[in-house]
Amino acid sequence: MFRSRVKLVLSRFVQAIPTLFGVIVVTFILTRALPGDPAVYFAGPAADAKSIEQVRVALGLDKSLPEQFVRYVGDLVTGDLGDSISTGQPVVSDIASRLPASLELTLFALIISLAIAIPLGILAATRPGTWVDHLCRLVVTAGVSLPVFFTGLALVYVFYYQLGISPAPLGRLDFVHFAPPAVTGFFVIDALLDTDLDTALAALSQLLLPAITLALFTLAPIARMTRAAMLQVLSSDFVRTARAAGLTRSRVLFTYAFRNALLPVITTLGMVFSFMLGANVLVEKVFAWPGIGSYAVEALVVSDYAAVQGFVLAMAVLFVTLNTLIDIAYTVIDPRVGLDG
Amino acid sequence: MFSSVYLDSPLGTESASLIVCNFACNLFASQQSEKGFLMDRRTFLKSVTAASIGAGLVPLARVLPASAASGKTAVIALGTTINSLDLHRKGTNRPSYQVAVNAYDRLVSFGTKTMPDGSLSYDSSAIEPDLAESWDVSEDGKTIVFHLRKDAVFSDGSPVTAEDVKWSLDRAVTLGGFPTTQMKAGLLGDPAQFEVIDDKTIKVTIPHESKLTIPDLAVPVPFIINSKVAKEHATTDDPWATEYLHRNTAGSGAYVVERWDPGQQLVYKRNDKWTSGPLPGVERVVMREIPSPSTRRALIEKGDVDMSFDMPSKDAKELKDAGKAEVVSTPVENCMFVVGCNLKFEPFQNVKVRQAVAYAIPYEDIFKTAAYSLGVPMWGGKNPAPDSIAWPQPFPYSTDLEKAKALLAEAGYADGFTVPFYISLDLVSWMEPAALLIQENLAKIGVKAPIEKIPGANWRTACLVEKRLEMHLEDFGGWLNYPDYYFYWAYLEGNLFNSSNYVNPEVQALVEETLHMPVDNPEYEPKIKRLIEIAFTDVPRIPLWQPALSSAMTKKVEGYEYWFHRQIDARTIGKA
Repeated sequence: MFRSRVKLVLSRFVQAIPTLFGVIVVTFILTRALPGDPAVYFAGPAADAKSIEQVRVALGLDKSLPEQFVRYVGDLVTGDLGDSISTGQPVVSDIASRLPASLELTLFALIISLAIAIPLGILAATRPGTWVDHLCRLVVTAGVSLPVFFTGLALVYVFYYQLGISPAPLGRLDFVHFAPPAVTGFFVIDALLDTDLDTALAALSQLLLPAITLALFTLAPIARMTRAAMLQVLSSDFVRTARAAGLTRSRVLFTYAFRNALLPVITTLGMVFSFMLGANVLVEKVFAWPGIGSYAVEALVVSDYAAVQGFVLAMAVLFVTLNTLIDIAYTVIDPRVGLDG
Repeated sequence: MFSSVYLDSPLGTESASLIVCNFACNLFASQQSEKGFLMDRRTFLKSVTAASIGAGLVPLARVLPASAASGKTAVIALGTTINSLDLHRKGTNRPSYQVAVNAYDRLVSFGTKTMPDGSLSYDSSAIEPDLAESWDVSEDGKTIVFHLRKDAVFSDGSPVTAEDVKWSLDRAVTLGGFPTTQMKAGLLGDPAQFEVIDDKTIKVTIPHESKLTIPDLAVPVPFIINSKVAKEHATTDDPWATEYLHRNTAGSGAYVVERWDPGQQLVYKRNDKWTSGPLPGVERVVMREIPSPSTRRALIEKGDVDMSFDMPSKDAKELKDAGKAEVVSTPVENCMFVVGCNLKFEPFQNVKVRQAVAYAIPYEDIFKTAAYSLGVPMWGGKNPAPDSIAWPQPFPYSTDLEKAKALLAEAGYADGFTVPFYISLDLVSWMEPAALLIQENLAKIGVKAPIEKIPGANWRTACLVEKRLEMHLEDFGGWLNYPDYYFYWAYLEGNLFNSSNYVNPEVQALVEETLHMPVDNPEYEPKIKRLIEIAFTDVPRIPLWQPALSSAMTKKVEGYEYWFHRQIDARTIGKA
């Protein structure tokens, strides 16, 4: 079993190589197909033709496209994603600082979201038509219909501006604390590893509001999927058999029904997670969160090629990893899912 | 030298931020922040921090000293991101220029004046010593000898020498890009122009006399770097140490950059060895990047930051009216928001059509809606010819649709025409309301003006380089505060900001004569008046208003000063 899983992981990554190469080619071409000339933009408003040309040469944009591409791939092999012109930093270090910020926020949001959505979904499915079911429907509707920036601002307004119990939305840490020494890139965990409870609490308190904002948004698909999957499973033959065999209610519910209902939930989870990582730009803006989404959008608007390419590549790698993880999770949850298929 | 307002503001999410802003502004408007039962955030922070330090649990390095929230640290919220500590580097954006201001000195600086409303502004007419204690200008105006102050030292304690000055000026004229263009405005373009006389004396030679050279040495660009430190980090590929100075400062300025987390914050620590002015009143200044305007507004209203620099006009106006923070709005010198009528478009070649447009614009409404009445009106001038050389000054137009119709008929366009009207997506906050109001009034005189939005990254190319936008809005402002300097960039054939393709040999001649002429030359005033009169009559650029730079600060903050470069000058900031 273990061996076959290792094989699965390896084969997944091997299969991903052509995909990643395709991603590299497509982003390379797409970024360059965008309107806008980065040399002009970054030479500044007062630049004359000569200084624009100097910037163009400095950026390597005077070379032909194939030559630029060969250079780019050559750099990629050595782990160099180039320099972002808009932030003035190497793209690798930008991603290394911003991806963990997004991951920390997204994962934390997902944990909150799961902690609420799954019980809610199960309760709604087991008691259809009752108040729990209506509550579930309300939460789901509210979650999908409220734009994230609205929820974010409303939360800031109530908990920071009015009540004053939430810290100022200043990003990952207020200006009193400094970032803990990087181990995982997750401030809360790093500060705990550093046995610095004060900073950990500060980081956690900064994390709370944006995470709740995101969680409210992601609650909906997860709760809905849990409810639907549970309803379907609960009405299936094997559950009826289990019940008829006189198994306890909790055993029927969790061991048989829930485990089978988990598969679509996990799939949804994977999609929600990857979507959230890149798409929470507005939450990042509202909470001054230095995440990867706003980084990508800003880079895109100013045609910062290296940054956009780096972002897409990082996301592609992440997706591949995530999908592999989900596939493995399937095999753990449901032994029927074949490893060869 | 000049700048587009908000040119480097975070892009792309503009429309989203706008929605956010509009929503939040309503949300945060007229709210009381009284809640006695809850512990104030600052008190809380202080108690936590003090307790931790007192208990010896937290090493000092992990937190700023307990004074972080007290009078010794100022926290300033910025909407923009700083992308380099080196202004000379290629790709350095405008918000990063503040590092050159705060961490470096120049040979000379501008003085300070008090504005009519009591706020402080730099004074373009007063050149004051910075690193140079005095300077001698030769009879013919072609050589300027600067004498450096004897006690001036860099933050590492080493003395500032003429060698450092030469190295820094050489760097500014050599590295290319905007800094080099800016240096050329002061006739400085070649390292051979800077000559070390002795340790404390440097001679600058210019091809002919110019009133622009010394002011151009006071702009952020020619900042003086510790060449000994820089050279230690220079390589053959990088003789100007751009990599090192991108991430480190090596100057003699009021602050050193203690910490820079790109995309998040920049922390200045006071340089106690600074000799070019009175020491700043705060020990640390934290520049915190907060992209969302509504979050910045909430922070300043709550007093969690000491200042929100360069706010949207709407927020500034509402904060001011509600009295929740001190709001300082300073008109941006030598800058106007204008409607450009491109002479490439046939109807606009007729001056009467341009004047008709100038009479059709609903100035009052635009000023109220797009500028929130912050800034200075640029319409309704009394005389067809200027009575002073003040610049910018109101043009002699106001909304008069009958006159506009008559002018159009005289020009042979009684039935009107259709002209595309372009705005930049980066600047929609003022351009969109202005354009919509103008469009509405133009329709009343038979001119159809469909609005086209151009993405920010393409705007400059389309508007200024290709100059292909038939009718558009534009926001040029000159760093050096002289009318001839504005005319040079915006009214001369082929020059970058002449987005209207305006050509007039008389203007050309007048600008060439006045550009380097000292302002006390008796010929200067009549020539400038003539230039302004031509601008009044020909209106290739129809001014709407002179914009304002607005910042909000808590009542404790003192010493805020407006500068032409529109970046925060932290050297004078103090807290009561």
